[in-house]
Amino acid sequence: MELFDTFIQIFGSGIRLGVPLILACLAGLWSERSGVVDIGLEGKMLTGAFAGAAFATLTGSAWIGLLAGVAATVVASLIHGYASIDQRANQIVSGTAINMVADGLTALIGNAIWSQGGRTPQLPDTALFNAITLPFAESFGPVPIVGSIYRHLISGHDIVTYAAFALVPLTYWALYRTRFGLRLRAVGENPAAVDTAGISVRGLRYGAVIICGVLVGLSGVYLSLAQAAFFQPHMSAGKGFIALAALVFAKWRPWPALATCLLFGFLDALATRLQGVELPAIGAIPVQAIQSLPYILTVVLLAGFIGKAIPPRASGIPYVKER
Amino acid sequence: MSSPLKPLPAWADVALIPLINVAAAFVISGFVVLAIGENPLEAVQILITGALGDLEGIGFTLYYATSFIFTGLAVAICFHAGLFNIGVEGQAYLAGLGAALAALYLGFLPGYSLVVVAIAAAALFGAAFAAIPGYLQAKRDSHIVITTIMFNYIASALMGYLLVDVLRVPGQMNAETPGFSKYAAVPQFHELLAPLGIQWPVTPFNLSFLLALAAALAVWLLIWRTRLGYEIRTVGANATAAIYGGISPAGITIITTLLSGALAGGLAVNVILGQEHRLILEFTGGFGFVGIAVALMGRAHPVGIILAAILFGVLYQGGDELAFDKPKISRDMIVVIQGLVVLFAGALEHMFRRPVAVLLARRTTQPPI
Repeated sequence: MELFDTFIQIFGSGIRLGVPLILACLAGLWSERSGVVDIGLEGKMLTGAFAGAAFATLTGSAWIGLLAGVAATVVASLIHGYASIDQRANQIVSGTAINMVADGLTALIGNAIWSQGGRTPQLPDTALFNAITLPFAESFGPVPIVGSIYRHLISGHDIVTYAAFALVPLTYWALYRTRFGLRLRAVGENPAAVDTAGISVRGLRYGAVIICGVLVGLSGVYLSLAQAAFFQPHMSAGKGFIALAALVFAKWRPWPALATCLLFGFLDALATRLQGVELPAIGAIPVQAIQSLPYILTVVLLAGFIGKAIPPRASGIPYVKER
Repeated sequence: MSSPLKPLPAWADVALIPLINVAAAFVISGFVVLAIGENPLEAVQILITGALGDLEGIGFTLYYATSFIFTGLAVAICFHAGLFNIGVEGQAYLAGLGAALAALYLGFLPGYSLVVVAIAAAALFGAAFAAIPGYLQAKRDSHIVITTIMFNYIASALMGYLLVDVLRVPGQMNAETPGFSKYAAVPQFHELLAPLGIQWPVTPFNLSFLLALAAALAVWLLIWRTRLGYEIRTVGANATAAIYGGISPAGITIITTLLSGALAGGLAVNVILGQEHRLILEFTGGFGFVGIAVALMGRAHPVGIILAAILFGVLYQGGDELAFDKPKISRDMIVVIQGLVVLFAGALEHMFRRPVAVLLARRTTQPPI
């Protein structure tokens, strides 16, 4: 029973660590499925986290923070979109630029306003997204196993977490069951065919880039207004790149993206849990070994040793209308 | 959509457009400084005085520039083969391990041959760590951008483990190796100039600078004066055509990433062997990423890279002074400038091309009456 409780705890923190990955991964999925490669997720996550915390601090409202965070990341996304779609830029270069500017600018502005080395002041509970207790969580709680799972894993998360989980089926439905989704996937595979059908490649890609901005903005806001209660420079700490790895690992599909992000979140939780613990027969596992597993797994997958990750065919290639 | 315009004259292509792009990045940086309530002109003055005002400032500026020449060359050589190596940071980090292992465990080597071997070890480790993504790109079609990003984090985790759990001096708090012997140090200029009676203030500026200049010359010779360089450029321009020319793109990809990783090792030579004289955590400090900005700004040409590296050296050294004088303009400002340079000189490099072409065309076709 004690082991079970430990597992519930690790899974619980795995979910909390997985939520920003899920949102950022879905964001990347929308963008890359339309043919716009986005390695700027990391920078945009920081942008969302900073704008969210800054506006929540100034207004005292988590919701205004959320709107500001999302608005800021949509602007960042549109810069990347303008470079990638209209300027036919190298999308890797553009993404790198977004990462650098976001990394510097968030810390710079935070430091200029609050003079705490870039950190924003601690937010009160009223300006955060707090845990929601689902109905019957308390009364169900004592029921063995099922009750514990309901109470500790399903109930007790904040609204952004529930939104993240809802956005997975929504993304699946929009991409695979609507006309917009079909066209969007087509534009990432063969934009010339979409263009021939009289549909705007540019419009679809801008649409995808804006959706990407909204989703990655939510992941940033989650970092500063749900997981922590402040913004701190570099607080995304590579999560944007892990989300990118998860996207590759999930082969650019929504449901596998959810599973991969939860797995990577779980690994992160496990690494923290196993810090300094001597395991029977194995001894202490270096935390770094578990922490680098997402990256190693992704490289192994990319190398084609466990299946093959094939990106959308037109991803990274600017569309030139007249040839 | 767009009416055809005459191609730009060569001088506009090589000098004017890049200058406009970089100027745009700096003008926007100026507005950022203005927005946080400081005077950009005053900031520029403090920055330039701090970086070039005295010999000490110049020493630090050139020390930083040395690192940036190496990382800029490492990124640029891959550009020529059409590859984007974001992994210079990780490759330089591993190169530091090579340098440290040689310096610590090959102490029996006679005199200064130790530092030569340590430099070679740095290049070797950097190249080896770059070889894996290079091989995966060449033979297994794994995108080098994604694999090198992953490898940066793998390098960080590996080095964290090694420094904290394996190489650390027992009983020491800091995660660092013991200090190297003096024969594993690249001599600093103030030491070299003292016997000649020249007073140079104590700065980390060391002989790696000359090594960096030599590397720049070697890259220039390689890319534009050798068969291999021709093959690298051909693969970069058109891999399919290269195959018809009897060139193996896979082989060129692997060779180019090896060279790139070895050049990345120069960062470790400058910082670890030239200044720290022990291996420390995170010594690369994001300088591998500065290489991307330097390579783009220098248009992947060694001369451009040297100039861009010195400019970034000025920014880093002057930025330290600036952060000291004006706490509001923290070092993060330099990262913002760096990002804006990548944005305007890289991603948006063609944005000003059409306006400039229109302007030039108007000037030549409509002489004033």
